[in-house]
Formats: sequence, C-alpha cells, structure tokens
Amino acid sequence: MPSFDVINLVLLLMVTLVAVAVVIVRNLVAVGMLMSIYSFLMALIWTNMDSMDVAFTEAAVGAGISTILFIGALVHVGTEETPHPRLHWPALLVTGLTAGALIYGTVGMPAFEDPASPANSNRVSIGYIRQDVEKTPDAPGHGTGPAVHDATQPVAAPGQPAGPVAQEHAGADYFHGHVPNFVTAVIVSYRAFDTMFETAVIFIAGLAMILFLRRRTA
Amino acid sequence: MRDQSILRVAAKSMTPFILVFGLYVIFHGDISPGGGFQGGVIVASAFILYGLVYGGAEMRRVIPRWLSDTLLAFGVLLYAGTGTFTLLAGYRFLDYTALLPGNPGTGEVIGMTLVEYGVGFTVSMVMITIYNEISEGTVPDTGSQPPGEAGGNG
Amino acid sequence: MSIIAHYNYWVAILLMMIGLYPVIALPNLIKKVVGLSLFQTGIFLFYISIGTVAGGTAPIFHEVAGRDPLRYTNSLPTALILTAIVVSVSTTAVALAIVVNIRRAYGSIEMPDIENADQE
Repeated sequence: MPSFDVINLVLLLMVTLVAVAVVIVRNLVAVGMLMSIYSFLMALIWTNMDSMDVAFTEAAVGAGISTILFIGALVHVGTEETPHPRLHWPALLVTGLTAGALIYGTVGMPAFEDPASPANSNRVSIGYIRQDVEKTPDAPGHGTGPAVHDATQPVAAPGQPAGPVAQEHAGADYFHGHVPNFVTAVIVSYRAFDTMFETAVIFIAGLAMILFLRRRTA
Repeated sequence: MRDQSILRVAAKSMTPFILVFGLYVIFHGDISPGGGFQGGVIVASAFILYGLVYGGAEMRRVIPRWLSDTLLAFGVLLYAGTGTFTLLAGYRFLDYTALLPGNPGTGEVIGMTLVEYGVGFTVSMVMITIYNEISEGTVPDTGSQPPGEAGGNG
Repeated sequence: MSIIAHYNYWVAILLMMIGLYPVIALPNLIKKVVGLSLFQTGIFLFYISIGTVAGGTAPIFHEVAGRDPLRYTNSLPTALILTAIVVSVSTTAVALAIVVNIRRAYGSIEMPDIENADQE
C-alpha cells in the first residue's frame, strides 16, 4: 500500500475517534482541548493531501484562535454539561438515513485521487495552472525585475553577481504578472470578487461580536 | 500572571518574532503558501499572546479600541476601493490592469498586493476583536450585571 | 474495488454525521455549536478529497512539474476551502457570542431550562 494511503488511514482513524470523544465527553474544557487536537489532526491530513494553504489556515485558525475563543466562552457559561439519557434514537435514525443517502450519492463519483476526474481535467482548472486566462503580456522593455526582463537570466542587484538562490531560480517566470502560488492567484486575481465578499463576511462577524458583547459605557 | 516571570519574559521576547513571521507570510503570499488570511491570523495571535499573559487592560493600551475598529473597516475599504478605482478608471471591476496601464503584468502584481494587505488588516483585527470581546468581564456571570474589570473599560 | 476508491468520501460523510448528531440530540447549546463545527470540517474534507491528484504535489509552481496540471493538486477547491475555514471560525465566534448572551438572559444553556423559562 503506498505510504500516502497508510498515513491517510491512520490519521482518519484518529480523527474519527476524537470526533466521537467530542460528542461523548461531558466536561466542556476537555471538549475544547479535543477540538484543538481535532483541528491539528485535520491540518496533518491536509498536509498529506498536498493542500498546503488549507493546512496552514487550519493550523493557525482551528488550533489557535478557535480554542481561545471556546475557552473564553466557557468562562461565561459554565464548564459541565448536565447528564442526559444516553442515546437519542430518533436522532440516530435521522443521521443514519442521511448517511445512507449521501453514500448512495457518492457511489457514482470518480475514484479518490483520480487525475482524469472531471474536477481535475476541466478547462477552468487547467487554465488556472497554466495561467493563460486573459493574460496580456507586458509591453517590451518593461517588467518588474531590476531592469532585467529576460527571464532566463538570474536576478541580482545591479553591479553584484547573482547569488546561488537566484541562479537556481533563473528561468522561472516569477515576474510579468505570473505568480508561482496558484492558490493565491485564484483567490486574489481570478476569483477576487468572491474573496471580497468573504472578507466582508469576516468583517460582519467582527461587527456582530462588538454589537453582542461590548458593554455600553454610560 | 504577576508572579510568573518566565511566562512574561518568554511572551515579550517571542512577540516580535511572531509579528515578523506573520508579516512575512502576508508579503510572500505570492511565492510560498500563505497570503492575507494566514498572515492576518498569525499577526493577531502575537497580540493575543501578549493579551493573555499581561492582561486585557495592557493589551488595550497597545491596541486601543478605536484603532482596531478603524483598521477592521479599513481593510474591506481598501479591497473594495481598489475595485472601485479600477471601475472609475474605465476598466472592469477588480481588473488590476487599470492600476498601471503601461504594463499590465506589473499592474496585476500591484493590485494583488494591495488586496492582500486589505485582507490581512481585516482578518487580524477581527481575530483581535473576537478575543477581546469574548474575554471581557472574566468573572463567572451570576446572570445580572457582571462586575467590571479592575482597570475599567479601555 | 469501490471501497478503496471511495473510502475518503465515506469517512468525510461519517464525520458529518458525527457532527450532526449533537445538533439534534444533545440539549447543551455549546455541544450543538461544536457539532456544527465538526460538520463543517467534514464538508471541507469531502471537498478537498475531490481535488486531490495521485502523485501530485502542492499547487506552487516549480520547474520540475512545469505547467502540467496532472502533477499538481487542484488549486480551485483549495482556494475555496481556505476562505471557508476563516469564515467558519467567524461564524462560530458569533454563535458563541449568542450563547453567552442566552446564558446572561436565562441563567442556563440547557434547552429544557430555556424552554421552561420561556413558557413562564
């Protein structure tokens, strides 16, 4: 079995166990710590799946900010959950039926990690990697490097020899409007409109926190 | 946390490194994993670490309420303002080639950088605001008006 | 075999259902909010599993793979989920703020107590 699958299965098993523990445990401070562990394990799963930006964000946001937020809320509301009858059978039935319907829906999906799946081989996804969607080349003689617009030459300060890192990266088209990080290019340039509204949603959440919780000084 | 000098010294000496790393992640979002969202959260976590160790009043002295509220809105304004500027210049909304009509490639880079700064401002200030609002009045509540902080509201 | 081909999707669905159960069944409001957060991460796992490519690498340009789309993880689901994670923590923060205010108003965060207090 390839090592990717072994690591993936082990991490998914740990994540499922932690999720079940989150539902069962009654001490809410322990639940906060378990959610932090859960976020950290999810970040590892995404690193294994080569989605570095998502792993970065999940580690910073889930394992950091979310835990602080949770513990801060627990100070106000109390840390012990009152006991309740063990299993709620109608809820189990509903979740079982929903799971069955969803699994029935995934039977027709392409195999996991298939490079030829429709998600990976359509025109838009390929265009985001080739970055040739409506890109106009720079006018001749212009560029963002220090008066060197020939991308095959290493970039160096004027009068200095190029260092080893610059020589290593010579030939890469870092300039002329192409960014190496495809995810940033998608977020900030191709789908900039979506990101503007996501930023607005985050702003509204901050506004809502101020309105709900800030005391009016008389 | 007054007697725990190890915590205070460690927090105070780590804060500049965390800030520099957060700004590095924002600035190098084009070249390495990162960008406005991740870098904004890391910058906020530096301030939150300071607030956890030194107390809410001290953190309010470093980031006053008016500053975090203003920068919160300024980030979204910067983002939407870039788009409106390109619209007023005659191009499409958020078409960054309007920022430098001579070389569209450089215009794209400038536009992406400005927009990332806007996102970084908003995300970092929202995280700081969330922490501050949820941690004020840390005495367990009795259901009625909770007692105010000893240092008063910032 | 179809189990080997689809196991990631099924684990994501399992996580979603583990998150859905507290929302319906548990009376504690904090547990409901935690269940919603679990549900959201299950959806993120499902979405990123769609975009993974066997033998691929992180979606950052390097000269070895060039511009060949078969060598990179799909950048589009990654970009969408990245913003969704930050938005999800913001909405969890607002939900917890509402729970704190409910606690101040009703004195308890268990659903039976809140319903009894409402009916008085």
